Amino acid sequence: MYVAVKGGERAIESAHAWLAEERRGDLNIAELSVAQIREQLSLAVDRVMAEGSLYDPDLAALAIKQSRGDLIEAIFLIRAYRTTLPRFGATEPIDTGAMACDRRISATFKDLPGGQVLGPTFDYTHRLLDFKLAADGDAPEAPMREAEIGEVPHVTEFLNREGLIEEAPHDTAEPPDLTRAPLELPANRALRLQALSRADEGFTLGLAYSTQRGYARNHAFVGELRIGSVPVEMDIPELGFALEIGEVTLTECETVNQFMGSKTEPPQFTRGYGLVFGQSERKAISMALVDRALRWEELGEDNQGAPAQDTEFVLYHADNIQATGFLEHIKLPHYVDFQAELELVRKLRAEADAGHVQEAAE
Amino acid sequence: MKDSFSPNMQRRAWMSVLAKAPEGRVAALLDTMGARPDFTWLRAPEIGSAMVRGRAGATGGAFNLGEVTVTRCALSLPSGEVGHAYIKGRRKACAEAAALVDGLMQTAQAEAVQTHIIDPLEAEQQAARAARAAKAAATKVDFFTMVRGED
Repeated sequence: MYVAVKGGERAIESAHAWLAEERRGDLNIAELSVAQIREQLSLAVDRVMAEGSLYDPDLAALAIKQSRGDLIEAIFLIRAYRTTLPRFGATEPIDTGAMACDRRISATFKDLPGGQVLGPTFDYTHRLLDFKLAADGDAPEAPMREAEIGEVPHVTEFLNREGLIEEAPHDTAEPPDLTRAPLELPANRALRLQALSRADEGFTLGLAYSTQRGYARNHAFVGELRIGSVPVEMDIPELGFALEIGEVTLTECETVNQFMGSKTEPPQFTRGYGLVFGQSERKAISMALVDRALRWEELGEDNQGAPAQDTEFVLYHADNIQATGFLEHIKLPHYVDFQAELELVRKLRAEADAGHVQEAAE
Repeated sequence: MKDSFSPNMQRRAWMSVLAKAPEGRVAALLDTMGARPDFTWLRAPEIGSAMVRGRAGATGGAFNLGEVTVTRCALSLPSGEVGHAYIKGRRKACAEAAALVDGLMQTAQAEAVQTHIIDPLEAEQQAARAARAAKAAATKVDFFTMVRGED
């Protein structure tokens, strides 16, 4: 059957104009600036950067404004913009040991060099709505205390000294890049970590939670969680040396997981790893749990058939832009497809009815 | 470290300071030094990205974490020195100012540029880092154990 494919232009234009008007909202209310979003909705900005896989707070804030606060739509805008950028190269791998930590906690050791630093956290707040924020208030001011100078070593280093935890040895292999080559299986750990770092926070959280509830349980402790800024170093070929091009804020989570040993490995602690753009600890912890669950094969563990152990299931469903693209396309015109379905059901129905009539006659 | 005295290491240090300066700061300090020198573009400011890498377990194999926006440019001064800039973000004006300063740091004006631009930037960056570290230190937990009543 012929289906009109033209005729929507005016309706689409009007819809977009109305979208712009709705986005602006009540004109008696001051318009939000991109800088206000960047500074005051910074965790939303961080999520858009992490899942958009592009570190640029101004662009993420603009995307949030444009998308009316729909963060997946904002991530979509960032992903689309990202594809227009020429790639100048790759940075040196970040040294998170050199992080200027805003926050650094360990759930496994109480006293450790560098201490337990809470940072600007929601933890220990009462989760009661603060109506003071609804009124114009004075600028809050954080207390200060003299900081100790010195390294803040990774917690896993202490366990490494006793040989009780698996090591993460240096490796110079060039990592695969799923923005350059389609994600294919089997996926090595580098590819899985890239996919998880940009994965949907909700999906990653749900999977991580499933491992805690018993679907491929691996009993994770947060060995360490740190949030802070790290310098980004890049080798500049025309100069012949590497320089710091700036700093980025990252959240890193290392889990320490119980491990009874397997055919190939002695009993020891194993590790899961999460590293995410911005301040995003729910995502970083989730990522570490899912990373650890996906490592069952290399550690010689049993496949329990749990969703979090299934690399294909995890990696092919973790990207919210892929998922939303396919999911939302079903709302777009499928007139021809549906006509065919309609014809088919009518024909089957007619045949079934005819069969009944015949049976009844016999 | 012997390396820190080599010309490359010194240049690396000032270029890193310039890259980490807040929006508009390099230009503002540069303009306190009088009129900007003439220059010709070797590469006009250009915005692109760099793939940021991490390491599995902080120390293991590298993986691609995500990209960061980067602005780069290169210019030459009338006396022939070439200034480069590679800075995080989409900041063409900042990249131009940073490349000019990089060029000037290779001329006889280096000492004045160091005093008027690089040193203040470095001091500001250190102060900002120290202020943040002090706020973090104030949230450090001081554990104590309650003394129990029994002997």
